[in-house]
Amino acid sequence: MNKEEIIEALKTIVEPYSEEVSAIANIDENTDFINDLKINSANLVDIVLDIEEKFNIEIDNDSMAKMLTVKATTEIIAQKLEANAG
Amino acid sequence: MNNRVVITGLGICAPNGTTIDEFSVAIKKGLSGIRHQPDLEALNFSCQIAGKPVLSEERISQYFTPLELRNLNSTGIIYGVIAGLDAWKDAGLTIEDNEDPDWDSGTIFGAGTSGIDKFRWAINKIDALEIKKLGSSVVIQTMASGISAFISGKLGLGNQVSTNSSACATGAESLLLAYERIKTGQAIRMLAGSTSDSGPYIWGGFDAMKVCTFKHNHEPEKGSRPMSATASGFVPGSGAGALVLESLESAMARKAKIYGEVLGGHINSGGQRGLGTMTAPNPTSVQRCIQTALKNAGIEAQEIDVINGHLTATTKDALEIENWKTAMQLPDDDFPYINSLKGMIGHCIAASGSIECVASMLELSEGFIFPNINCEDLSPEITALIDAKYIPQTLIHKPFNILAKASFGFGDINACIIFKKYTHE
Repeated sequence: MNKEEIIEALKTIVEPYSEEVSAIANIDENTDFINDLKINSANLVDIVLDIEEKFNIEIDNDSMAKMLTVKATTEIIAQKLEANAG
Repeated sequence: MNNRVVITGLGICAPNGTTIDEFSVAIKKGLSGIRHQPDLEALNFSCQIAGKPVLSEERISQYFTPLELRNLNSTGIIYGVIAGLDAWKDAGLTIEDNEDPDWDSGTIFGAGTSGIDKFRWAINKIDALEIKKLGSSVVIQTMASGISAFISGKLGLGNQVSTNSSACATGAESLLLAYERIKTGQAIRMLAGSTSDSGPYIWGGFDAMKVCTFKHNHEPEKGSRPMSATASGFVPGSGAGALVLESLESAMARKAKIYGEVLGGHINSGGQRGLGTMTAPNPTSVQRCIQTALKNAGIEAQEIDVINGHLTATTKDALEIENWKTAMQLPDDDFPYINSLKGMIGHCIAASGSIECVASMLELSEGFIFPNINCEDLSPEITALIDAKYIPQTLIHKPFNILAKASFGFGDINACIIFKKYTHE
């Protein structure tokens, strides 16, 4: 799965948690979940659960703490997918 | 400060009606909301009948966002939010998306427990070593104050936001706490109400205590029999009731519809002394609660036209009537009309008081007395105390002035409210 595909999948996951329609439509690597998408910080744990289910990966606490932007999240997902494949 | 307090909005989510119009028709006709519950039967409950509000997915989705609905597994929060928001709208109040909350409005919305199905799910996850899967929705649905938190966020309330809990007196207590807040000038508007979850995990403990009837599983609508000779325990119920309380000044300034006035009331406890125990009322304290409520409201016992009783359909119904009689000290041939909504909807536990207050306000504002159902065979213990004519079994159309509502709860606690018809001066 390449970066663009991961971002596309991520967009579907975060969509229900945000009311910022245009920010969602224009989601890219630089998008910040809290500042740009105005996602309630309590919901970040739910997004991580959805990511785990969608990509069939497990995300540890340290990784979770870093997942505040699309860029960081995409990198962590790519790493975990790679580790699974390896 | 000694503000007069009136009721300007009503909302309901009851087993026999989930809108004020539907509920008003149901209580006039004596329609039962008690149904056979296949889940209770499958779980070997002694009592397999109960009262549950009937709500479509579509109706629920009008009150919650798709995100909230995703992991929502708390019937009490659903019932409470529906009743609460409907009461707000009924009062002619709008939901604003302002930067600041409404500092003058708050809520006291009671509950016995919150999100019991959600709690069960969470416990199972934890025990299966899947704690992480709980996500963010467990705390907000299982904290006791979940219901007041959900409501205040939807309405933008900026005054006191709290959940009270006092067993079956919860609903009546919520109204009196809200009343005091406005009376003393600390708030202008308070949404009072209470809610109670549905299902086996909330009702199971009562079933095991053998306080619910097991004799009417084949005839659910006949099962809840307050004041009847064949009363054999209560039928569990669930739902929510909500009332907007407001200072008379504010209600008049915005030309709101006024259902009635809260004249006063009292809350007390028997301290589990004398005849009082964890589960049985101390009659002295029940009588004292009624007498103090009358005094607080500034009225005499003979001014009460209608009593909306607690009357759950256990063997304690006669004792309740005796307590009213002793407390009021009326001549032998005089007694107010007395009725119990529980014949139609069962005992909605924490929600009972507020659902019954909504029924009481409809009676007072429209001038009717709803019929008692399932007591065609009145208990002889009760008819030895008061004449059967005071226990109407058919609808009475009659304007009246004063209604007394009481609720009593486990822990030996009591609440009594005095309502008065509001005549536009």
